[in-house]
Amino acid sequence: MALIEFTKKGIYCKQGDFYVDPWWPVDYAVTTHGHSDHVRFGNKYYLCHTLTKPIIKRRISEDLNVETLEYGENISRNGVNISFFPAGHIIGSAQVRLEYKGEVCVISGDYKIEDDGITTPFEPVKCHSFVSESTFGLPVYKWQKQQIVFNGIRNWVNDNINQQKTSVLIAYSLGKAQRLIKNLAGDTPIYVHNSIANLNEVIIEAGVNLPETIRITPETTKDELRKGIVIVPPVMRDSRWIKNLSHPVTGICSGWMQVRAHRRWQSADAGFALSDHADWPGLMEAIRATGAEKVYVTHGFTAAFSRFLNDEGIEAAEVLTRFGQEDDEENKVDLAGQNENK
Amino acid sequence: MKRFAKLIQQLELSNKTNDKIEALVDYFNYADDKDKVWVIALFTGKKPKRPIKSALLKYWAIAITETPEWLFAESYANVGDLSETIALLLPPAENTSDFQLYTWIEELHDLEGKDDETKKEFILSAWNKLETQERFIFNKLISGNFRIGVSNKMLVNALAKQSSLDSAQIMHSIMGKWDPYKITFHELINGIHVNTDNSWPYPFCLAYALEQEPEKLGLISEWQAEWKWDGIRGQIVKRNGELFIWSRGEELVTEQFPELHFMMGVLPDGVVLDGEILAVQDKRVLSFSTLQQRLNRKTISKKQLEDAPIGFFVYDVLEYESKDFREEPLSVRRKILEQLMGGLDESPVMISPVINCSSWDELADLRQTSRSINSEGIMLKKLSSHYHSGRKRGDWWKWKINPYTVDAVMIYAQKGSGRRANFFTDYTFAVRDGENLVTIAKAYSGLTDKEIKEVNSFVTRNAIEKFGPVRTVKPELVFEIAFEGIAESKRHKAGLALRFPRILRWRKDKNADEINTLEDLRQLLQSTL
Repeated sequence: MALIEFTKKGIYCKQGDFYVDPWWPVDYAVTTHGHSDHVRFGNKYYLCHTLTKPIIKRRISEDLNVETLEYGENISRNGVNISFFPAGHIIGSAQVRLEYKGEVCVISGDYKIEDDGITTPFEPVKCHSFVSESTFGLPVYKWQKQQIVFNGIRNWVNDNINQQKTSVLIAYSLGKAQRLIKNLAGDTPIYVHNSIANLNEVIIEAGVNLPETIRITPETTKDELRKGIVIVPPVMRDSRWIKNLSHPVTGICSGWMQVRAHRRWQSADAGFALSDHADWPGLMEAIRATGAEKVYVTHGFTAAFSRFLNDEGIEAAEVLTRFGQEDDEENKVDLAGQNENK
Repeated sequence: MKRFAKLIQQLELSNKTNDKIEALVDYFNYADDKDKVWVIALFTGKKPKRPIKSALLKYWAIAITETPEWLFAESYANVGDLSETIALLLPPAENTSDFQLYTWIEELHDLEGKDDETKKEFILSAWNKLETQERFIFNKLISGNFRIGVSNKMLVNALAKQSSLDSAQIMHSIMGKWDPYKITFHELINGIHVNTDNSWPYPFCLAYALEQEPEKLGLISEWQAEWKWDGIRGQIVKRNGELFIWSRGEELVTEQFPELHFMMGVLPDGVVLDGEILAVQDKRVLSFSTLQQRLNRKTISKKQLEDAPIGFFVYDVLEYESKDFREEPLSVRRKILEQLMGGLDESPVMISPVINCSSWDELADLRQTSRSINSEGIMLKKLSSHYHSGRKRGDWWKWKINPYTVDAVMIYAQKGSGRRANFFTDYTFAVRDGENLVTIAKAYSGLTDKEIKEVNSFVTRNAIEKFGPVRTVKPELVFEIAFEGIAESKRHKAGLALRFPRILRWRKDKNADEINTLEDLRQLLQSTL
């Protein structure tokens, strides 16, 4: 009997009677990471990585009942052994490894292969079956080394400062924002939106070494912002606040920015292909490293990616998520940078 | 090439005209002169000859990346552009290249006539020394158009700003006939070539749509009113014993319209006429669908000549006795034109008549009769106006009649291309025919980005069947479709085809049983024949 099944509420482990990243309230929710489409309000118990706990408490409610695991630690639930391994997606993100009577299943959640400098890097885990995302499961999505992308962002910022323009980077408040802060920290001060500053506090408190940033307040002057780097979440993108800055230019940091059509659909001045998801070679590398006999493909280009895996001799099946077959990929493009990371 | 790649990126990222002009000026300030000539050529549609078919590029890219063909197709569907799909699929380049844009173009030119193996070797080695963005441009040089929202006018403005030359002169220069392999940048923008060339046309003077009440334009006596004809805008150029016919798309179409060749013997040298190429019989303008039979044909049959005889309605004279008259007021130009055309009464070339009205109200009433003579409304031109280059607000207005409309239901949706590659933006609409729905038009404009997202979400939720990229959707969303004309069509199941269909608005207040019927459209068709 398979260890997991795909139900309306999400991925369910019958033997252990728990769900992984459920979409509807359940008794016991194993949580891969803190993005809002993976963790929702209303579960009786949550199990997540130690670093995810303060994040979801801050984002959802202080009253959640949360148990935690470190990477490599395990607990047993109704005879099913549950352990966490780094997914490299964002701070606290975990692949969930389930073992029952010698059968091993790994649910990766969202993941990326490249070490981003702030998240514990992805670690492949041997398993019989593997649940993989496929957000960027087409061969046109191949990332450049992040140092090249960051150099591009730095040059852009410097050009802007020289031309008296204000650099505004649009990045999801959990994950991408911290990655930018960590990698862009230097002589140019970084100003962050409230929602990012709040999360930064929690993350620093949990023991993560995050460079210093300045919270934007009504007192922050346009002059100061123009000489720095401003990071705001996607909801602010078309806001009056940005328009009122001194010569604002916006840059979106998202894997979708790899493709011109997506760049041009956005009303941004620059697009940087920087993603917290695995690119095509990354997905293939991760899947091969698991040695899995069966791969379940979720989120993204599920049809194309699973077909390719099957052609390569890796048995794969497409799993439809709550958001519907095609919806996902499209909504993601639509809100590039906003939804991608959730 | 790197500099050009950067320019393209800058042009793509902004949709503000000023940013684009700034990027162009910056480019023209620093780029190599030979490259600049090619950039002007590429942006004005003077593409170098294609030495390689794009199908071959695709085939080679598939082969070296070992990508299955279906996966290439999926990737292409997501990216929305063949050149870019190939550029992204290829492995990172192992070498670099400092070749200029023009060097690449010349190298590609030299491939002409070589065998496929030589071509392949060249392309593969080029791919291996270009970065992704450069590769994309390289592929575009071979297989596509640069659709980056740079109009001729914008390009000319940038060149004028950079060179401090007069913009009309530059427009004139770059629109003429020139060979990017031979001309220098200096010669080009200074228009050295245009004086020695008999054929060059002038930039067309274009009108804006009138959105206000005509009364606001002042006294009607200061205006010349004409019918707005629905054909192909053109210029007839007669110089040094040669005759040229240009279409508004800056194409030489002389050969396509033999009916007009007699003008060669009639017009004196040094004359340029602006007017409309139309299907005309017994001085009556025929419908656009009749004219269409004559467009873009390499050969013309006797039957086509009989069924769709061509005429030319002259609006204006731009050059007379080899002198540029564009700076003269319209009233003066019209007098010259009337004199010039005096003896041509019985020919298919005639002056487009002036409508004499003493009040705006009278004119408004006449405008309502436009369709009966296959006109699409009225043109208003200030009698004191110059013949401007391109569009300039204030002197010329088109006061079109309202389009026809039909309420139809969406039944198919397909993803767009380019910027819209990931949204269902192309819709097919149907009207009722008894119990059935029959498709009548496909349209892909007229909705806001927000509405597109809404429809997109409807399509993903209500898709019934998939046929490749096409989704059949529940017939539920009703749209008001505007169109300019209607014609019989054997290709369409409905037996008729709409001209310029576009979405006027989304009728959220209507449901699918309130749409128009095929019979409604048939009646309309009968009334226009």
